[in-house]
Amino acid sequence: MNHDATILLFVLLWAIGILPITGAAALWYGRWAERRAAAAGQLGAVLACVVGFFVALAGLTRAVEGHIVLPWRTPAGELALGLDPLSSFFLLPLFLLCGLAAIYAGGYFKTWGGRNPGRFWFFYNALVASMALVILARNGVLFLVAWEIMSLASFFLVVMDDTASSREAGWIYLVATHLGAAFLIALFALLGRAEGSQDFATWRAGGAAGLLFTLALLGFGAKVGFFPLHVWLPEAHPAAPSPVSAVMSGVLIKTGIYGLVRMLLILGEVPAWGAWVLLGIGAVSGIPGILFALAQRDLKRLLAYSSGENMGIVALGLGLGLLGLHYQSPAVAALGFAGALLHVLNHALFKGLLFMGAGAVAQATGTRNMEQLGGLLKRMPLTGLAFFAGAAAICALPPLNGFVSEFLIFVASFQALLATGGVALGGLVVVVSLALIGGLALACFTKAFGVVFQGEPRTPAAAGATEAAASLTVPILLLAGLCLALGVGAVHVVRGLVPVVTQLAGTDAALLAATRVPAVLSGLFLVLIAGALAMAWVRRRLLAARSVRETVTWDCGYAAPAPSMQYTGASFVQPLTHGAQAILQAQSRQQDPVGIFPAAVSRTAEVPDVARRVFFDPLFRWVGAGLGWFRWVQEGRVHFYVLYIVVALLALLGWALWS
Amino acid sequence: MNAAAILHPLAALLLAPLLPGVINRVKARMAGREGPPLLQLYYDLWKLLRKGAVYSRTTTWVFRAGPRLNFVCLLVALLILPLGRVPAAVSFAGDLVLLAYLLGLARFATVAAALDTGSSFEGMGASREVQFALFTEPALLIGMAALAHASGDLSLTGIYADWPAALMPAMALLGSGFFILFLAENCRIPVDDPATHLELTMIHEVMVLDHGNVDYAFILWGSALKLWVVGALLVGLFPAAATGCPLLDLAVGFLWLVVLAILTGLVESVMARVRLLRVPQLLVGAGVLSTLGLLLTFW
Repeated sequence: MNHDATILLFVLLWAIGILPITGAAALWYGRWAERRAAAAGQLGAVLACVVGFFVALAGLTRAVEGHIVLPWRTPAGELALGLDPLSSFFLLPLFLLCGLAAIYAGGYFKTWGGRNPGRFWFFYNALVASMALVILARNGVLFLVAWEIMSLASFFLVVMDDTASSREAGWIYLVATHLGAAFLIALFALLGRAEGSQDFATWRAGGAAGLLFTLALLGFGAKVGFFPLHVWLPEAHPAAPSPVSAVMSGVLIKTGIYGLVRMLLILGEVPAWGAWVLLGIGAVSGIPGILFALAQRDLKRLLAYSSGENMGIVALGLGLGLLGLHYQSPAVAALGFAGALLHVLNHALFKGLLFMGAGAVAQATGTRNMEQLGGLLKRMPLTGLAFFAGAAAICALPPLNGFVSEFLIFVASFQALLATGGVALGGLVVVVSLALIGGLALACFTKAFGVVFQGEPRTPAAAGATEAAASLTVPILLLAGLCLALGVGAVHVVRGLVPVVTQLAGTDAALLAATRVPAVLSGLFLVLIAGALAMAWVRRRLLAARSVRETVTWDCGYAAPAPSMQYTGASFVQPLTHGAQAILQAQSRQQDPVGIFPAAVSRTAEVPDVARRVFFDPLFRWVGAGLGWFRWVQEGRVHFYVLYIVVALLALLGWALWS
Repeated sequence: MNAAAILHPLAALLLAPLLPGVINRVKARMAGREGPPLLQLYYDLWKLLRKGAVYSRTTTWVFRAGPRLNFVCLLVALLILPLGRVPAAVSFAGDLVLLAYLLGLARFATVAAALDTGSSFEGMGASREVQFALFTEPALLIGMAALAHASGDLSLTGIYADWPAALMPAMALLGSGFFILFLAENCRIPVDDPATHLELTMIHEVMVLDHGNVDYAFILWGSALKLWVVGALLVGLFPAAATGCPLLDLAVGFLWLVVLAILTGLVESVMARVRLLRVPQLLVGAGVLSTLGLLLTFW
């Protein structure tokens, strides 16, 4: 076993090594040979991801466990890398989605025109490499270094478009991610204090599990985008180029989930209130998350808010798992953890798909405003087909993958409800939250698909759209195929989860006992698909001998229907957003019709992020005012800054010699 | 799977179109009319299956696939659904979640097909459909949780295996909650009016305004099946003992469904539609009834 792990880790290390090298090559070529730069960067990314994906798959299916330590001269730092089912599991979606996004990015930047593609590939490859290192690291210092590279690389990717709005989004992201990192540094310092080592293996909770859990929740939660730490999600994800949005939403935020789960393993026993806090976070991230998604008109902003919602679902599963452990209910624990982990993988697939689809739409039409789109299914049939599958998958509809993970969490909560006491209350919280989230997600994604892809185009830009290039549609369709495969193949997927769940829940009995269920699910899904195909055949046979004509949509006999008379996205969700005004706090201005022949009537509604408006904006204004006192330090002359650095270094040297 | 197991889905497929006939007949009698024949829906289906088609130029494959996807979802739901004391053909822990999500997929297909026409009317209906689904789904799942807790089983067949007399008050609460859900899911008065011809006030009928021919036959047949599927969840709560003979159990279950249809006809005869804005309150009421039922089972 250990031998396997060493080999796999070295292969992974080589694959990760390709990334910065080809990234640097892309940067080098970028100035004078754009094509060569793009080729070098893309080739490196795809190659590393293919190798990495198969290594991770081998690691997971064979439940490989082991680690290697390489010399690295850093105080308290070691190049300690480890592979276990948990790491292998998180590496799978990482390499899969990053590889497909790299293929997509190749086509996406063809029309980027005049800008240096080397810069993109340098930061993209650095991002992929650092995310993989975060998941493999077994040393606190190495973890933080990789974490920081990951944050910086993604910051530079967010601001790639270099517009005023993308710069603002970038700053918000940078501040949010560093506030999170500050909590992580405190967490790691506390954990390392007992043994004086940053080696994960030596870390113990040692009586302070509650404090450590809180720090982990704040630090990793900022990256995941748990409410109310989600404020950077709806800014950074839409601002980034679409392949980057796909990677950020699909895998980058999952490194936070990974960190949280890793901490759960390290801390061992988490106090019971930890489980309740996770359930609360899940409900609070999930329901307002999808409500805000519902109210958006920017397609990518909608998807970003929905990422917060899906991370809420993951938190619900994790909370239920912890609750199961606490109340000695192994079935609840195993099913809860299994559902949460599988949802991480599933969300990577369908959210990656949806972001890439949104990117293809935005490129074809030049806008992300849904109210200006429409009728794209006829103009972009492949993108539309994949988006349809993604929308159904994210609504957790059978026979797609999203259903399987939510099914597991649902069964865990029903299992909890069979008992009495605290665990049953947890089950009830999850059932109600998931049911509400499910209903809202259905509204949100029928709106997104309906307004963007169906009906008649609302603007000439939408009417003139054409299908995206193959380099864009192929990765999207592949992801759609995977969404279907992971749903219909539920039986294999759940079997693959067993080693990871065993690591977390300490038992695989419940899952193994339930293995008949995924097999039956797979069978019923096949019946569903076969039935739909059979009925298509029946319909075709029945219509074959009849006349089939085309005309306009029934319009009550109105003589001059126009595309602008269609139901808009805002009106589609109005009953729901109106009902949730207490949470959304939409701000609207309207100009009422005046007189008998009103010339102009208008209504504008904005839904600013409530957490940002109520909490973060005032907080930062207050902090900014407080820090104004130190403005004299900012002299604006380079000499003084060099002096500051020298003084700081001397002070550090003195401190090092002293102690 | 044995031959008896497939009996229930087959019976549902063939007998479901009788239920709307019963409802319409009761309504007509209450209004002092003769009313359409009991088998009217069969005649309509036969007619529609042989018709040619007229499609809107705006529509795509989504519009054509919607009705049959809706129909297939209900067929698969029948495979995991017990009727009264007749066990389902397929039963597993958590099949109640699959049932809820099959209804969700059916709804997704119908809503997507409605939006495909680009018509404001159908957009309006679709918007209302997804709004009301937000309230019915939690109510249904909470009610299911109560039944699962009472029976200690996570499969529909296990839940409905026998009738626990001791849980009478809880069953009454859950039954009333489910009856509201039954009316809402099947677009009956007081939530929706299947007989109205005012597009602005309809929900389900307006979503299928542009469908004709085979597709519309699938829709009508699907609506009848949905009466059966959601009705079966309610019929399981009615008192009936397992006789051991599957045919007899099936007959008892079907009789209860007919009783349910008569009850629906009576409700439609004596009540008016509630205002659209009031519908969520009614559905939240169903959720409250389910929650109370859940609390009682925990007592």
